[in-house]
Order: sequence, then structure tokens, then C-alpha cells
Amino acid sequence: MSSVLARAIPVGEIEVLAIDAWRAQLLARAQARARPVIVYGRRDAARVVLTAVHQDGAGLVAARTSVDPATGYHELTSSLPALHCFERELHEQLGVRVAGHPWLKPVRFEGRDQAAMGSYPFYRVDGKEVHEVAVGPIHAGVIEPGSFRFMCFGEHVLHLEIHLGYQHRGVEARLLQRDPRALAPWAETIAGDTTIGHAWAYAAALEALAGHEVAPEHELARAVMLELERVAMHLAGLAGLAADVGFLPGAATYGRLRTTAINSSMRLCGSRFGRGAVRPCGSGVTLDDELRELLRANVQLLRRDGAIIDDSFEHARSVRHRLAGVGVVSADLAMQLGLVGMAARSAGVAIDTRMPAHGLYEHHPIALCTETGGDCWARAQLRISEIRASLDWLDRVLAERPTWRPARDPVPALAPSRLAIAVVEGWRGEVVHCLETGEDGALVHYKAQDPSLRNWMGLALAVRGNDISDFPICNKSFDLSYCGNDL
Amino acid sequence: MFKSLRVRLSQGKQFIPDVRAAKPAGFRGMPRIGPAPCAAGCDACVAVCPTAAIRTDPLSIDLGRCVFCNECVSACPEAKLELTPEPRMGAASRADLAVGPGAEERIRIRANEGLARLFGRSLKLRQVSAGGCNGCELELNATANVNFDLQRFGIEWVASPRHADALVLSGALTRTMKDAVRLAWEAMPEPRFVIAVGACAISGGLYEGASGVERTFLDEVIPVLYVPGCPPHPLTFVNAVLDLLGVAE
Repeated sequence: MSSVLARAIPVGEIEVLAIDAWRAQLLARAQARARPVIVYGRRDAARVVLTAVHQDGAGLVAARTSVDPATGYHELTSSLPALHCFERELHEQLGVRVAGHPWLKPVRFEGRDQAAMGSYPFYRVDGKEVHEVAVGPIHAGVIEPGSFRFMCFGEHVLHLEIHLGYQHRGVEARLLQRDPRALAPWAETIAGDTTIGHAWAYAAALEALAGHEVAPEHELARAVMLELERVAMHLAGLAGLAADVGFLPGAATYGRLRTTAINSSMRLCGSRFGRGAVRPCGSGVTLDDELRELLRANVQLLRRDGAIIDDSFEHARSVRHRLAGVGVVSADLAMQLGLVGMAARSAGVAIDTRMPAHGLYEHHPIALCTETGGDCWARAQLRISEIRASLDWLDRVLAERPTWRPARDPVPALAPSRLAIAVVEGWRGEVVHCLETGEDGALVHYKAQDPSLRNWMGLALAVRGNDISDFPICNKSFDLSYCGNDL
Repeated sequence: MFKSLRVRLSQGKQFIPDVRAAKPAGFRGMPRIGPAPCAAGCDACVAVCPTAAIRTDPLSIDLGRCVFCNECVSACPEAKLELTPEPRMGAASRADLAVGPGAEERIRIRANEGLARLFGRSLKLRQVSAGGCNGCELELNATANVNFDLQRFGIEWVASPRHADALVLSGALTRTMKDAVRLAWEAMPEPRFVIAVGACAISGGLYEGASGVERTFLDEVIPVLYVPGCPPHPLTFVNAVLDLLGVAE
């Protein structure tokens, strides 16, 4: 059994419903607390086929409908706000009319030039002393571009709009222009800080299409690289957060600990970001006795020195005072908005697609971390606990003395008329890849989803009611991907 | 107080004393092409390269396109190719990024006397990402961390293009950032120059010709320095800049 949520479904066996029944089913699944994972569309002659995928227990279920884009359908976002980003994407990407959608704004200005970027339909807040602050697309640091507009009353933020699309490269179209068995380098750069998350999701979906069961040692190597990526990016986030609140020992120490984590990845696969580690039907990871002992020593160093800086960071009153109570997302709001990953878990919503334990996680269970505050402090705390959980897990796995060599089986022919879906719990949250083959086994559709698509609205709402100077720490605490959203 | 002291004690000294000689263990960097001849008609490496970075007859690798994925190394039946841990791969002209057999003798970046005189002791960089995947951006941020400590050479990342001497571009250049990149460039006081970082910025990389990419800015403004990688190692960036400025080894 695969260690990630992955499933290939013959296209003929996917439930196809009339639009009304499809809408009713989405509402019913929400009632039954099944969680929407992705809703996306694909052009099919003059019509658009809509696919909704839900997580139901430890499984994935899909249902389809087909609409005439001009007629479209009546929106679901008002009843199910978690679908807002999917419906906006359907409208923008495929021209589907989504009647009555309350927030039908561009997701990424796909296919447009920069002149169009000026036409983002910002909401306005009117009032005698209300003013707007526009930031971006170029920010003050070494960071990806995106535009933020704050509607303020004095220092107080009444409303924030996040306007993205500056990073749109055309990833999904590119994924259909190359050999489907050789897309790993592109998957690795969908969001380069989630190299392993995206590459594993791609590999798992492709293997499901090819009917290939990957060797357990390759899966374990992927899982080890995934946790190293999580540790490294959480350390990078904590270093950034510490710098943003002026706690310089945190910036320096979390920063150098991240160097240890990513240099460990480099020893195993040649790249600090894990490029080349995951390949379909195989792996590019080396772990011999010497490297394993080095990795174990690095894990011990991260635990030991990590505990020292955590102790200082968590007990510094300046840090706690700056982060606590800022940028609050309640559990209720997180569920309604369909937040995923660490943004959801730090608001008390226990979603983690590594649970319930399946595949290798049955033998090597990993602790589920949650926080209840939903504020910047909770998001920092969650990252600290997840680093510890991942390091404990790595320590236990490495104690069994695995050894790996790079190896790859040839990718078998892809089964015709199949839809494969794979979900991997990346450090930010769930990474979803959906691949569909046509009657001749050729890839006809590739849908890639970074967790950021679903979490940006969480940031926008978290900032409401805070001061404008709270924005940088809110932004850093969510730590979302621009290119992962813009594709 | 004691907690701070413990942190300080655990931190020790983290900086790399000699960034010019450092070779990161395990890193896939500068290719080495063996002298043995290729089998007649063999194009195994060319066929697996995701970015068309390899030319045969004679065999050469364009570092401006290479993403260091190692596919060519595994594919070569003659085992002619190797990616060594050498991080110093920068070049001052696009043509210098081609690596053939005998790359050990490849011309290193020659110091630009004009730039060395102006910026040798103080260089301010403004980074703009336009389609970067956050790989290059994270590595450029890392140049300023306690390990690489770029500031020790008088080189700093600045927030405003008005304060910058060089524009450091990453990403394949997206259509939706076209005007913003130009605005940043035009806001910079002269003398100014461009540094292209990563395969995407240098050649378009994996996204060359993709639907959202428009690279006209770089047709008009030719970079003075190219820093290859996907993403480049911080040492690749630091050494390329120091070489350009003629900073002593």
C-alpha cells in the first residue's frame, strides 16, 4: 500500500452526475464531513468536465459532471466557502460561468500581460479617514513577488486583499508538453521549497497510472527526504519570524540549523533542496553506513541545539508578546475556508494526510501535532513541535540501519483512460497532483495544486483587525508560496 | 540571561573561513567531461536532458541551461560525465558557460577593472524574482546568513533599487512581471549592472518558451555576470561576485 494518499481510477468508473446532482453531492459530502481535496476542470470539446475529489477516511473519492461553460452553474462558495479558490480558478482558467459567486476575482491572471494586473477588482472601504496602502509586487526583501493592498483606518487593517499572478510561468501547460515519465525536474520546481512534496506527488500519481508498486526502500528514502525538507523549511520559517520580531539569536541560530538540515539533504542526493532525490519508480538517494552515521549525528545536533534555541525563543517575553494574539484564525474559520496543513493544524484542525497511518507510517508512525491558538504564536509553536516530531521520527527510522542506493525501474506503459490522484503532506500542507490519460494512454491532463492556493485567503482574513505592522509576521507565520499559487 | 548564554555557547563559530576554497561535500556542481571519445552516433545524454543543455561533437554542456539533475551522468554508457562538488561555475559572458572536455582549464571570471574600482569595497544588490520557484531566492538569502556571511566583503542586499548597484534577477521572467522588472531597473542610479542567477534567469531553463514567460528585458539589458545552478549554491554566487570584483583569493 502506498504511503501517500494515491489512487488510480478507471475513467469509466468515476461517478458522472448531472450538474444539479453534482452540486447536491458536494453539499451532502460537506454535511457528512468529507473534506474537499480539489475541484478542477478540463476542457472537453465545447464543454468543461468538472472533477471533485474528497478525502473520505483514508480514501479518495471522485465525482464528475460536465457543463457548458457559457451556461455554467450556480456557485457553491456561499454555502461552502472552502470551494472559493476552485470556483475562481474554473472561471479564470476555463471561462466557466459561476453564477452568483461572491468573490469571483482572478487567482493568477493566467495568460494575461502586466497591463491586466492593474485591473484587479479590489474591494474598497469608504470612509472619511479610511486609506489604502499598496505593497508590491516587488517587496523589500529577497522574496517572490505578489501584491497586497490594505484598507486601513489609521494603523488598523479593516481589510486586506492579496493579488497574485506575478509568478505565473505556465507550469501546467508545460507539464503536458514533455514526456510524462520525465517530468520530475518540473515537478520539483512547481514550488522549489517543496521539491520533495511535489516530486513525490508526481511520482506516486504516475506510478498509480503505470500500475507500478514502488519498492519499500525507495518509499522510505522519499519519506526521509520529506521530513528533512519539513525540518529545513520550518527552521527557515522560524529564522525569518525571529528576524521579523527582532530576536536576533533566533535568526542566527535557526538559520545555521537550517544549513545543517539542507546540507544533510545534499549529502544524500547532491542538492540542498532534494533535487534528484525522487524519481518515478525509483530514487536518487544514497545512504551507506558512513552517510547514515553522519545523518544520525546531524539529527542529534539538530535536536540538541534546537532545544537550546527553542527554550530561549519560547521564553523570551519580547517574542511571545509580539506573536501571541496576532493574526488569529479560529478553528471554525479554518474549517470553513478549507485551510490545510500547518495553517489548519495550528488552529486546532487536525488534518494531516500522513494520518491515519498507512503504508510505511504504520510501521514508523509519526506524531500528529496541533495547536489551538490559531495565532502567529501557535503557528510558531506548531513549527517547533513538528521539527521535533520529524527529528524523533528520523532518529527511529535511522536506528533500523537502512541503506539505499540510487536505482530506478523503467516506468511501465501508462494505463489508458485512468485518473490518478496523489496527495502528499508537504511541509506547508497537502500537495495534490491529478494526472489523467486518454484512450491511447497519453497524458491528457495534469493538475498540480500547492497548499498555498487554499491558504492565502486564511492570511487575508487573519490580518483583519490587526495593525498594519503585524502583517510581516502574519505573512511569515503562514509562509505561503507565490509560485505554487501562480503555477 | 543564562538561556542567551547557552544559545551563544551552542552557536560557536559558524562562518566558512575561506569561501574561495570551500567545496560543499556531496554537491552536484561543475561538470567534468572525460577525455574518452563518445561512441559513434551516441546521443544518450542529449536525449535525457530536460533543458537541451548538451551538444555533441564535441561534447559540451551549457551551464546556463543545466539544472544539474544528473540524468546525463546516469545515461552515459561510457561514464564520461561527472558532476563534481566544485561550486565555482560563474561566468562573465554567456559563451563562457559552455563546458567541454578539459574543463579544469576553463577560463575563470576575469575581474572587471571598472567594476572592481567602483564596487570592489562596497556593492549593494537588489534582488528581483520574476518566476523564480523560491529555490534561487532561498539560496540568495542564505548568502547573508551566518555561514556564508557575504557582508564581510562589503556586499549587501538592499531593500530599494535606488540604493542598488546591481539588479540580481532570478526566475524565467514572467509576462506579468515585465513592467515591474523594468521599473526596478530604471529606478537604479547609474552605473548599474545585471546579475542573472539560476538556469531560469540565464536561459529560461525548464520554462524556456513557456506560456507565461517573456524575456525581452534580458534581450535589451545583457547581464554582466551569470551564476548557474538550479538553484545555485550560495558559494557559486559569492565566488562569482568576488571574482568579478577581483577580490583576492
